[in-house]
Amino acid sequence: MDNNILEIKNLQFSFRTYGGVVKSVRDVSFNVRKGEILGIVGESGCGKSVTSQCILRLNPEPPGFFEGGSIKYRGEEIITKTDKEMRKIRGTEIGFIFQDPMTSLNPTMTVGKQIEEVFVGKGNMTRKQKKERALEILRLVGINEPERRYHQYPHELSGGMKQRVMIAIALVGNPSIIIADEPTTSLDVTIEAQILDLLMELRDKFQTSIILITHDLGVIAKMCDRVLVMYGGKIAEKGTVDEIFYETAHPYTAGLIKSIATLDTSKEQKLVPIDGTPPDLFAPPKGCPFAARCEFAMPICSEEQPEDHRLSEEHICACWLQHEYAPKVSVMKGMEVQK
Amino acid sequence: MAKYILKRVGISIVTIFVLVSVVFFLARLMPGGPFNDPKLSATARENLSAYYGFDKPMFEQYLTYLGNLIHGNFGFSTKYPSRTVNDLLAGAFPYSADLGIRALCFAISFGLVFGIISALNRGNKIDLIFVIIAVFGTSVPDFIMGALLQHFFAIKWGLFPIAQYKGFSYTILPSIGLGFYTMASVSRIMRASMLEVVQQDYIKTARSKGISRFRVTWKHQIRNAIMPVVTILGPTVAAVLTGTFVIESLFAIPGMGKYYVESVQNNDYSLILGMTAFYGTFLVFCNMIVDILYGVIDPRVRIGGK
Repeated sequence: MDNNILEIKNLQFSFRTYGGVVKSVRDVSFNVRKGEILGIVGESGCGKSVTSQCILRLNPEPPGFFEGGSIKYRGEEIITKTDKEMRKIRGTEIGFIFQDPMTSLNPTMTVGKQIEEVFVGKGNMTRKQKKERALEILRLVGINEPERRYHQYPHELSGGMKQRVMIAIALVGNPSIIIADEPTTSLDVTIEAQILDLLMELRDKFQTSIILITHDLGVIAKMCDRVLVMYGGKIAEKGTVDEIFYETAHPYTAGLIKSIATLDTSKEQKLVPIDGTPPDLFAPPKGCPFAARCEFAMPICSEEQPEDHRLSEEHICACWLQHEYAPKVSVMKGMEVQK
Repeated sequence: MAKYILKRVGISIVTIFVLVSVVFFLARLMPGGPFNDPKLSATARENLSAYYGFDKPMFEQYLTYLGNLIHGNFGFSTKYPSRTVNDLLAGAFPYSADLGIRALCFAISFGLVFGIISALNRGNKIDLIFVIIAVFGTSVPDFIMGALLQHFFAIKWGLFPIAQYKGFSYTILPSIGLGFYTMASVSRIMRASMLEVVQQDYIKTARSKGISRFRVTWKHQIRNAIMPVVTILGPTVAAVLTGTFVIESLFAIPGMGKYYVESVQNNDYSLILGMTAFYGTFLVFCNMIVDILYGVIDPRVRIGGK
């Protein structure tokens, strides 16, 4: 258990809006171990980005606020820290890679300045040391001609390059955890592969833990050690990659896997979508958030929240189907042919 | 960058040339002429026309005028026969320029500061106060603004002199009166722009680096938010300059506004042209500076490399 550098327990985070309180994250618990890649997967609005930004307290507060739970980084509570205390963690302890490199870099500042900025107000590096470190990191993330790029502005770089710069910013302070929020969604497939390889390389080299947020199960399968599947602000299922893909227990996870198009899928064959829409987080359902869209839903599902059922040391599934009285069904029904 | 500036300068020169040409012929199209006084005899009128060269073919006059203009010679006024347009300009411009610059300094500095404070306090009482000031400023015309200032600050409270232009305390009311509209619009644009920029992803990136709130605001938010303000500065200078006509007469300041209005009433060709060319050049110059400034602030505008 000493391996855990980040422990999140019963995290609840909401936003006050004109329409009422949106409960974005409802009772999420997980931990991150040293040197692992933890995937968080789920559809838009399931709370995965908000969860990850809670860790660095990047959600705007207000209107956002913590309703409960705890986030412990190396044993230190994050939720009660002031903005000033958070500054010591941001950038140097935990780095963040944002979704869209096109808009996540300041257009009026050179690449070099933006990377070096991580050191502003921390330690006493000379200007020369900062520059050397920035160039070193640019080289590390595979940017050619770092000396030239250092003085360039973001608009002079390609999308893949910008994402590398984003990674450089996240990495330059030598953080123990990198949170990558859909780092490749806005890039094309070949660049995506390069960026993902780069992240894995960095993990192997520096034993950095990575929290990888994505909605692409392919990326999860390729990169991650463990996976959280989030739905409606809660964790539906978590486990190792193999458990999630081969011993799928939650109908939602099964739905995600079924809706992937594979090379074997013929043109005539229809993809299997998950019918319906995600729950309204203004008024979250009192039972399982997925009940309304679940083909296996039982009366209890819309009445009471399912408990976490531990299926193995890592594998936990929040679904009433795991209850001892529940009928035994195969959530992966229809997928057997492909195996 | 040099190429960019050169291109801006070239465009500016062409603009001024077109302006002068159009105004030259437009002024001649106006009914009547400079010597319409019914007391003048026909011979006197002819002699005067010949003296000023108005009897020559139009195109020749035009060429002569352009030639003189290149040497900076605006010719003689027909209304004030003994004085050249250059003299008139030299006498009146310093007042207008002084007033204009003071008004602009007031408008831009206060506008930016108000906008920034307003945006940083979004939604609370401080914001509300500044928003009210801004709405008031943009909806009250300058002649009412000027009169209000005179009424309260000069007559009621006696803090500043009511009119004329003879020292620092005299400049305050007209500068505020002239600059208030601009101040209000700058503050509105800055506020809106600040609130837009703060939503941008790169602000979150900046915060994720663990730098101070002040630095995020100063280096990332304000720097990017100021762009739209720079864009409106060109037209703003125009607004302030045309505003001087009203404010100058309200505060009895011997600036250019008076001559400009008179020149059109009197069909004083050379004075009309001189004033227009002068104002036009000034405006084009301001716009050019703004374009270049824009390139300095936003690297993306620097087309054609460094």
